[in-house]
Amino acid sequence: MSGMSMVSDSLVIARRNLIRMTRIPEMVLFGVIQPVMFVVLFTYVFGGSMSVGGSTDPDVYKNFLMAGIFAQTVTFATAGSAAGIADDMQKGLVDRFRSLPMARGAVLTGRTVADLVQTCITLTVLAIVALIVGWRTGSAEPTNAGRVLGAFGLLLLLGYAFTWIGALIGLSVRTPEAATSGGIIWLFPVTFISNAFVDASQMTPWLRHIAEWNPFSATVQACRELFGNPGVVQSDAWPMQHPVWASLIWSVLIVGVFRTLAVRKYRAADG
Amino acid sequence: MPGAIYAEGLVKTFGDVKALDGVDLDVPEGTVLGLLGPNGAGKTTTVRCLTTLLRPDRGRALVAGIDVLKDPVRVRRSIGLSGQFAAVDEYLTGRENLQMVGRLYQMKAGPAKARAAELLERFDLAEAADRPTKTYSGGMRRRLDLAAALVVSPPVMFMDEPTTGLDPRNRQLLWEVIKQLVSGGTTLLLTTQYLEEADHLAHDIAVVDHGRVIARGTSDQLKARTGGERVEVVVHERDAMATAAEVLRGFGKGDTTVEDHTRKLTVPVTGGAKLLAEVIRELDGRGIEIDDIGLRRPTLDDVFLSLTGHAAETADDESDKETAS
Ligand SMILES: Nc1ncnc2c1ncn2[C@@H]1O[C@H](COP(=O)(O)OP(=O)(O)OP(=O)(O)O)[C@@H](O)[C@H]1O
Ligand SMILES: [Mg+2]
Repeated sequence: MSGMSMVSDSLVIARRNLIRMTRIPEMVLFGVIQPVMFVVLFTYVFGGSMSVGGSTDPDVYKNFLMAGIFAQTVTFATAGSAAGIADDMQKGLVDRFRSLPMARGAVLTGRTVADLVQTCITLTVLAIVALIVGWRTGSAEPTNAGRVLGAFGLLLLLGYAFTWIGALIGLSVRTPEAATSGGIIWLFPVTFISNAFVDASQMTPWLRHIAEWNPFSATVQACRELFGNPGVVQSDAWPMQHPVWASLIWSVLIVGVFRTLAVRKYRAADG
Repeated sequence: MPGAIYAEGLVKTFGDVKALDGVDLDVPEGTVLGLLGPNGAGKTTTVRCLTTLLRPDRGRALVAGIDVLKDPVRVRRSIGLSGQFAAVDEYLTGRENLQMVGRLYQMKAGPAKARAAELLERFDLAEAADRPTKTYSGGMRRRLDLAAALVVSPPVMFMDEPTTGLDPRNRQLLWEVIKQLVSGGTTLLLTTQYLEEADHLAHDIAVVDHGRVIARGTSDQLKARTGGERVEVVVHERDAMATAAEVLRGFGKGDTTVEDHTRKLTVPVTGGAKLLAEVIRELDGRGIEIDDIGLRRPTLDDVFLSLTGHAAETADDESDKETAS
């Protein structure tokens, strides 16, 4: 199977999934509403009571928080790709695809690419809402447009990587409903035992250790650094010292591992 | 030289269910094989093994001369599949579904579009072509699924219960499409619950039960195996049954069966219509009043019954069937 057909088949499938999104706009809508709610709730409910680097100023927490919310939001795309793929399995569409002379990884790649488009939309809306509630880049350290865009790039890459985990989950469960919950429950510990919502330097040492090596924390720390927002922790942990590299490495590693596993599972004829 | 579809000793087990227990098939190029069998016989599993969706535990299969286990990718280029349950994207329109399938068969956008339009026309879906298939009726979805299997006119086709859920007009339409395909040289494996359909379309029939082919041959050969013609008489008076049985014994070539409650007597015969006339004259001569009399040739239903020990079930209730996934 040529590389050409891998690309063109993936695009055909991505296009199909994007058409589906336009026919089920409420799915996209809910995908946007949920993180917007998080922004508003965290900003106004926790805002005054959280301390970041010794400061309990709500404005400081707000600027600290956004990188965390953005990163959490992109990882939640996992549930969408898991549910979508489980649905295709259940409806027999995967059987149709498997009987066609198409590139092996294209059904999953097309799905993850379409999810990436949805993540872009969600992230754009979220950034606008964040600006409205008062988030500002460069609030703690000077930054520039290139660095800010770089941060969004890392976020999208992280989201893309996580949709491959979703793909594997979708192939492993029996129903789309199970895929939705299976795609999301494990994200709560992953995104909360991290530096996303609280200052990791205030955690008990063993928890802090986990948080600092959590792949998810690397992206959050990198975004704070690139956004010029407060809360960049000083730490001995390598990923916290080189968060941009760590974020890149983690994401590429996740894509590599989970893409391989998912494509292998898809190909295994006895699905 | 093996045929366009060839299978040897296919075995497939799911847990402790032996779905296939050594299936052998050989379908010459350009012919139709009807795979007949009761629910759970292994028809769908056979189709799934031959279309690369399922890896058999044991056995060998060739489709269009290509080894299914060794080179599944090349097999996929030569086959079209319409599974037992319509596999179309419910949020895409009929046209979008067919175009997508065309593109995935590696057609260019233009030809894929033209082919989709042609198939929509042919399957009487042109009017609904631009509606999401979610709004289609079951029969329409079924037809779209069949159209998807025909996008590239592959040399070998598999259809798993293609006419289940179709109304008589659309069944007729599909039969016409199938005949056209086959006259153009396509080889087809068709599973069906409708014996009439197998009789009508298939050159050869293989009857499967418990994962094995228990009989094969043309429809005539299978019927002959079950026995030849029979005379069936329904007498008016219960009292006349003994005399009637005696008369029939005189003409029969085997045991006379007597059904008391329906007052029906059956006897195997040879001699056709001429003999039937004699039977009528003889019964009449003895003053036996007849409600109904006729010469019966065995139907595939009889074949089915005698081979599998149970009648073919009509497949109108899909809900209680296993989804083969
Ligand atoms: N994925 C599966 N897991 C477990 N058992 C299965 C699976 N697929 C099929 N079976 C079993 O294998 C046997 C054969 O099933 P198959 O679907 O091939 O029958 P069929 O002849 O197509 O029946 P029907 O006329 O109802 O469609 C059945 O007992 C079925 O329960
Ligand atoms: Mg079946």
